[in-house]
Amino acid sequence: MSRRAAIAGPPDQRISLFNVPGIHCAGCISKLESGLVREQSIVDARVNFGLKRLRITHGSALSDTALREAIGRLGFEAERVTDDELVNIPDERKGLLRALAVAAFASMNVMLLSVSVWVGAEGSTRDLFHWLSALIALPAISYSGRPFFRSAWTAVRRWQTNMDVPVSVGIILSAAYSLYETIVGGPHAYFDGALTLIFFLLAGRYLDASMRRRAHDSVIALQKQRPTKALVLSPDGLSHWRPTDELAPGMRIIVAAGERSAADGIVVEGASNIDRSLVTGESLPVRAKAGDEILAGMLNLDGALTVRITASGKDTALAEIGRLMEAASQGRSRYVRIADRAARIYAPFVHSLAALAFLGWLVAGAGIHQAIMVAVSVLIITCPCALGLAVPVAQVVAVGSLARRGIVVKDDSALERLAEADIAIFDKTGTLTLGRPELVELPSLAPEAAAALLTLARSTRHPLGAALADAMEDGDAGYLAASAITEVAGLGVEGRFGDRRARLGRPDWLGLDVSEISDDTLLRTAFMLEPAAPVLLTFRDRIRPEALATLQSLAELGMESRILSGDRSQTVTALAEALDIQGLAELTPAEKAETIHVLAERGRKPLMIGDGLNDGPALRQAHVSIAPAAASDVGQSAADLLFLGESLMPVARAVRAARRTMRLVRQNLVIAIAYNLLAIPLALAGLVTPLIAAIAMSCSSIVVVCNSLRLRSAAS
Amino acid sequence: MNGLAILIPVALLLGSSGLVAFFWALRSGQFEDLEGASIRILEDRHPDTENTRDDNR
Repeated sequence: MSRRAAIAGPPDQRISLFNVPGIHCAGCISKLESGLVREQSIVDARVNFGLKRLRITHGSALSDTALREAIGRLGFEAERVTDDELVNIPDERKGLLRALAVAAFASMNVMLLSVSVWVGAEGSTRDLFHWLSALIALPAISYSGRPFFRSAWTAVRRWQTNMDVPVSVGIILSAAYSLYETIVGGPHAYFDGALTLIFFLLAGRYLDASMRRRAHDSVIALQKQRPTKALVLSPDGLSHWRPTDELAPGMRIIVAAGERSAADGIVVEGASNIDRSLVTGESLPVRAKAGDEILAGMLNLDGALTVRITASGKDTALAEIGRLMEAASQGRSRYVRIADRAARIYAPFVHSLAALAFLGWLVAGAGIHQAIMVAVSVLIITCPCALGLAVPVAQVVAVGSLARRGIVVKDDSALERLAEADIAIFDKTGTLTLGRPELVELPSLAPEAAAALLTLARSTRHPLGAALADAMEDGDAGYLAASAITEVAGLGVEGRFGDRRARLGRPDWLGLDVSEISDDTLLRTAFMLEPAAPVLLTFRDRIRPEALATLQSLAELGMESRILSGDRSQTVTALAEALDIQGLAELTPAEKAETIHVLAERGRKPLMIGDGLNDGPALRQAHVSIAPAAASDVGQSAADLLFLGESLMPVARAVRAARRTMRLVRQNLVIAIAYNLLAIPLALAGLVTPLIAAIAMSCSSIVVVCNSLRLRSAAS
Repeated sequence: MNGLAILIPVALLLGSSGLVAFFWALRSGQFEDLEGASIRILEDRHPDTENTRDDNR
């Protein structure tokens, strides 16, 4: 089929998915689609408006960064959807939609025939209509009912029960009873009831499935962060590439600038700046020299390092994070959703009621035929039609409302858990802050100096260089031809512009004494173009917009907020004071998860908001978790919800929407149960005809659906 | 009775053709992005993106 071919694609093509929150009108669609196709080696671009997602088919040589830039040139911000499996996800929704269509077709046709019977068709006409109904209904029931029968059978085989057991029993019994009535030429056939029931329940099931994403394997996402091979230095002085799993303690590896270390170890030679943020969450690169420790996954920024391995493969700190996450996820899977909790009470109740009705009528002297009819009508009338719709409809409406505000719900029980959360735990870097340094103020420089600065900034891999280049991009600084730009490991970059020497790097390297400037929350670098004096450039990891307002909103919702960070305590304390909340600093990933675990043991329901790999275990351990869409792969796949954009406000908005949703779900359940309480006595008394069953069932379902639609503005 | 002999098969035929049409639409991916579809009617035609409709998810 053509679709299969398109997904696999020709060998030199790849498909990438991007979240583009800025898509909001027809103009955006055509701008993106036609604009991107004009780019070189982009074959096709297609916007999914509902998901705010862009799907690009492109030449495999094109990197994510290049794609993001191409989208950026069209004026949109994009985040790569990291989960490649999304592309090939087998969609259970399609099967459900097909079953739903068959049920709708059959129930409408049978209903037409049933209405004729209800208004008084008699004798051979009625029998003919019943036979026609049977002819349509039986194949339709056996096709459309399969999702319920399958799930009920799985439960029964394990001696368990779920919502599908009473549903299946009800459907099968009423179909069998109706067939019997048809054969003997009786007056009551419930084919329409059985089909309408399947239709409504399938609608609920479909909505439920449309919220569910496949469980993401965050551990796989984690493994992607580790290099697959390393340059090993053998005793004879030669070096060669070896796969990571062949590394062993004692070996020496070379970690070049721009590479991530493949193992834990001690630096034996070289000096460089290390970006430890992946493992520890620190925002500031740390200087590493001989004798310092480096962990697998840490990024070497400038100079080459020789590292003696102390731990490799499964023993690295990175692998430990993976194990922690796995362990934390196990607790998570024990959560029982509200619909299932209701079903556990409901199913045995309905079955015993039907059995009692059957026995009761027998004892009271009715014939077997009539006793069965009463039992069947009890099953039909109590079938959890509205109950099956109560939860999914409300949640789907809420999820849609959240999606319009840039909040993606990834897990089907996420809203339930979010509504229960009572304490918010924030990571610092990348969560409360934007996670990237920004230049505080551009110094006024001579045009030539500005050009030299930009040239040097562009030539370095240090994150401050990139931030500097970003900040200067909009200015009118041009390029200056430089000769001999060299990166001095751990210190900075140096270049010659004509006969003038320029340096960009550590302030002390340029002869600036910065010890008396005590504000440690700022990152600093210095620049100098001889013969001018060095200038100090300060950077700051900016707090997310509306962070303070978000924390206030959370407080109004009765949620206390705290910071758990792997960063240095000075930085964390300053931020905690600025936001007026408690903060814990210098925590390892395991300690973060443990802190959350302790909170949970005390009966709290922590909401974790984090982005980094080091937050992975904590995100899984927490009762519910949120990550910014710009988070690391691991953060994205470990969290239950994602929010797009820079503002932190979506966190408070999501909590508020979740609570409103669950209030409404409970209302829906009350409506559904109240309906059953009203209808059961009628059924027990044997007064329920197929007509009454049809009316009662539709009414309660419609009421529940209408009530749920009130959630359309849940996230506003 | 004679009327019914014609009307009922006709009703069933019409219904099932609707069902078949729905299956076809589902197969060709027209239910992937309902919100987007409602907006795309305002869009000028792009013949080069027209035939890729079923690839999106």
